[in-house]
Amino acid sequence: MAKQEEYSVIGHPMPRVDAKVKATGEAKYAADIELPDMLWGKVKRSPYAHARILNIDTSKAERLPGVKAVTTGKDFGGFKWGWLGTTRDEEPLAVTKVRYIYEGVAAVAAIDEDIAEEACELIEVEYESLPGLFDPFEAMQEGAPLVHEDCLGNITSEYHWNFGDVEKAFAESYLVREDNFKTPRMAKGYIEPPAIVAYWPDSNHLTVWAAKGSPYFPYRILGRCFNLPLNKVRIIQPFIGADFGGTKNDMVNGDFAAVMLAKKTGKPVKIVYTQFEELTTCTRRHPVWITIKTGVTKDGKLKAIQTKVVADGGAYTRMSPLSLYLMGVCLTLPYELPNFKTDAYCVFTNNPSSAAMRGHGIYHTRFAADVQMDMIAEELGIDPVEIRLRNAIENPKPGEIYHTVNNLTVGSCGVKECIEKTAEAINWQERKEAEKIDGSVARGLGFAAGTYLSGARLTGHNACAAVVRVCEDGTVNLLTGASDVGQGSDTVMSAIVAEVLGLELKDVEIKRVDTDYTPADPGSFGSRVTIYAGEATKRAAEDAKRQLLEFAARQFDVSPEEVDIKDKKAFVKIDYSKSMPWWRLVRLACYTTPGNVIIGHGVSTRGVGRVPDFDTGGGDIGASYSFTAEANEVEVDLETGVVKCTDNSVIAHDCGLPLNPTAVETQVQGGAYHQGVAAALYEEFKMDKGLTVNPNLVDYKRPRAYEAPMTKVIHVITNDPFGPFGAKEASEGSCCTAPPAVINAIHDATGVWIKELPAQPEKVFWALKEKRGKEQR
Amino acid sequence: MKGELKELKFTVNGEAYELKVKPKTLLVDLLRKELKLTGTKQGCLTSACGACTVIIDGKAVKSCSILALQANGHEVTTIEGVADGDKLHPIQEAFIEHGAVECGFCTPGRVMSAKALLDENPTPTREEIREVMQSNLCADEGYVKYIEAVEIAAKKMQGGS
Repeated sequence: MAKQEEYSVIGHPMPRVDAKVKATGEAKYAADIELPDMLWGKVKRSPYAHARILNIDTSKAERLPGVKAVTTGKDFGGFKWGWLGTTRDEEPLAVTKVRYIYEGVAAVAAIDEDIAEEACELIEVEYESLPGLFDPFEAMQEGAPLVHEDCLGNITSEYHWNFGDVEKAFAESYLVREDNFKTPRMAKGYIEPPAIVAYWPDSNHLTVWAAKGSPYFPYRILGRCFNLPLNKVRIIQPFIGADFGGTKNDMVNGDFAAVMLAKKTGKPVKIVYTQFEELTTCTRRHPVWITIKTGVTKDGKLKAIQTKVVADGGAYTRMSPLSLYLMGVCLTLPYELPNFKTDAYCVFTNNPSSAAMRGHGIYHTRFAADVQMDMIAEELGIDPVEIRLRNAIENPKPGEIYHTVNNLTVGSCGVKECIEKTAEAINWQERKEAEKIDGSVARGLGFAAGTYLSGARLTGHNACAAVVRVCEDGTVNLLTGASDVGQGSDTVMSAIVAEVLGLELKDVEIKRVDTDYTPADPGSFGSRVTIYAGEATKRAAEDAKRQLLEFAARQFDVSPEEVDIKDKKAFVKIDYSKSMPWWRLVRLACYTTPGNVIIGHGVSTRGVGRVPDFDTGGGDIGASYSFTAEANEVEVDLETGVVKCTDNSVIAHDCGLPLNPTAVETQVQGGAYHQGVAAALYEEFKMDKGLTVNPNLVDYKRPRAYEAPMTKVIHVITNDPFGPFGAKEASEGSCCTAPPAVINAIHDATGVWIKELPAQPEKVFWALKEKRGKEQR
Repeated sequence: MKGELKELKFTVNGEAYELKVKPKTLLVDLLRKELKLTGTKQGCLTSACGACTVIIDGKAVKSCSILALQANGHEVTTIEGVADGDKLHPIQEAFIEHGAVECGFCTPGRVMSAKALLDENPTPTREEIREVMQSNLCADEGYVKYIEAVEIAAKKMQGGS
């Protein structure tokens, strides 16, 4: 495999291809789109968490001047949707029963937003209130009321996996610990709420602009919902104001409502959610209760881990089966683990639905396992960095593969190097021995290591494709169905084409997703875009290059193998005097062969084939696995319990090869802070019987710039054998290492263990008080 | 009376406007819906996320939290008025070149906050930058490159490289 310095575009820091239009405000997001005669829609929502709908009277709303159409769930003819064919349990608008507070029951289209809102208030809905379930442990009990009457119980999905022999391993262990941990119910955190503009150009064609990170989800779901063949469903992707899984992967009530109201009125209909609607009705990160039992040898080597996991899935299944799967599958990385057993349950409640979120699944159990690793290290008197190094999986030699006990295939693993480089950069030894208390402030340093999958491997349509079209002036268009939701994939895809064709980044123009023209694609989730769309893009560019090499060979009267293209020039490899500028080569190729249009085509191959078995928990969920180590310093105010991360913060990340190092840095820093430190210190939805009581960004604290750690990122390069140019995942891994690193740092500073995230001041205050009380006794 | 239109005279990006607006209209709605200046984003409507930040008479203001009529007689600058024709503002250049732009939804608001800061205080400390930039929420990039980009822009505007 080529080394980083041998590439001319990839591997070098590059400004993003879309940064300029975003910095000038020209970039159009879904809410910025406006069409002539456009109407505004609004969703009518239920005040009940669990209730039967007895009647909906829309007559008063329909009579309000300015109202053009009203829709209810009955208009959808019994249609239901879900993540899998077997989990279609959600209606576009609730018909017979509402299952969470503010679920949509009707919608209005009017000439302006105010009238639409007023009309919603005029819709009269008669409910019969039903007992609600808000605690997954209550919901799991026999005889509990059913959230879905057609199910036997409230368990959405459950897994019971058993690898090796944990009982025997525990019996042979020098130390066995069992601890309970809890992760909070969290918002996705993106600033752009869901938005859609739907339009039917004629009664057989649907066009939608929507804030969707995975536009081929609504493509399929809306096609089925409105009985349209897929060649008549057009989803156009505007710029996306970030998407961390869940809500912008799939659907919200407003999406279906806008399309139905546009159909009824024959006019474009726009629905833009408020942040209140986002924070009360859109999917959240699962709150998860984890019991983890770990056995180790005297020198701290892991012998077995057994977990029991209970997740609150909320009102509908959504993608909980996958979330639950991910909470187990990667516990066998990044440390060698010979025995692993888990029993995991996801449960329906009358809370808003839970779904994927950056760091999907893996974050919950990595938090538990890596905090417990510090507890074990403390009991055994081993340094936290040392115990991780003793357990870390070695980087397989080139050509070799490491298999975990649950049969994950690891072709490259830089975790040891990540741990060593992080410890060195943060001056671990020196700082650890430094004075901790300074007046009322205690300082502490925490460490963690982790993994994340690169490119989720799932059933159904999981391949990516790309089309590279070489224009006659030598510039290039790139079409993929992969979508850039802010992670920077448009830049990386363009860079791959430029690298293969010997061009500059500015010569490549990537088109945003338009299902009328771009090849079908699963979407932006599971850290899959660089890996799979990158592979497809590389192949498409190579296909275009092959066609041009064949043409150039004829011009030079040599064989195609003797020709290459670099630095905007085609040349004979052994005779540089035979060369031709790129633009001339392209023009000749396009003009002199009648009908010759240079179009390269490529598909990804890594994401398809044998997919993991959810029942046994065995098999690869990713094409490869990234590795991360993180060290954070915290300051704990011993009087108030306020915890702050300092600028002493280091992450070493093994993403194989960083294709755009700048983007990898921002992704790793962002993942660690916004979805990692946020979980550790700040964020949690407070609930009261299904009602979100902090549904705004004032009461729901998000991490801000004034307390952001200026995290240093170290690239660990392992050149993975399975990724395009050796690349693996970047960004989700750091979401998973930040919480344990911060919690371990709080312990280092104060001696208290915070096992329930987030470590908000009150929790830390009481933990400190309890500790002082015990010490005085 | 409900819905009675009131007169609003103000300038936006140097252009004078005389409009009739509903008293309840928020400035962000007027800019986006009436003047079609959609570079100003709407995120939270609670003055918390900063995506709607504009500059009024030199001060950064969240346009979701004032009425359009409160801008009467004032000078408003939006993201569309920051670049000088094709020439980008040094803050925009620094954001682009330093890799501080990701999904971009919060970027216009951040450019406006940074501009108001640097216009008033051309040599801010890192802590001053952090204090000001805390009014703009981001969800994906961790603030590090943003803070550094403002420092780079400040140097550039001082004539440094």
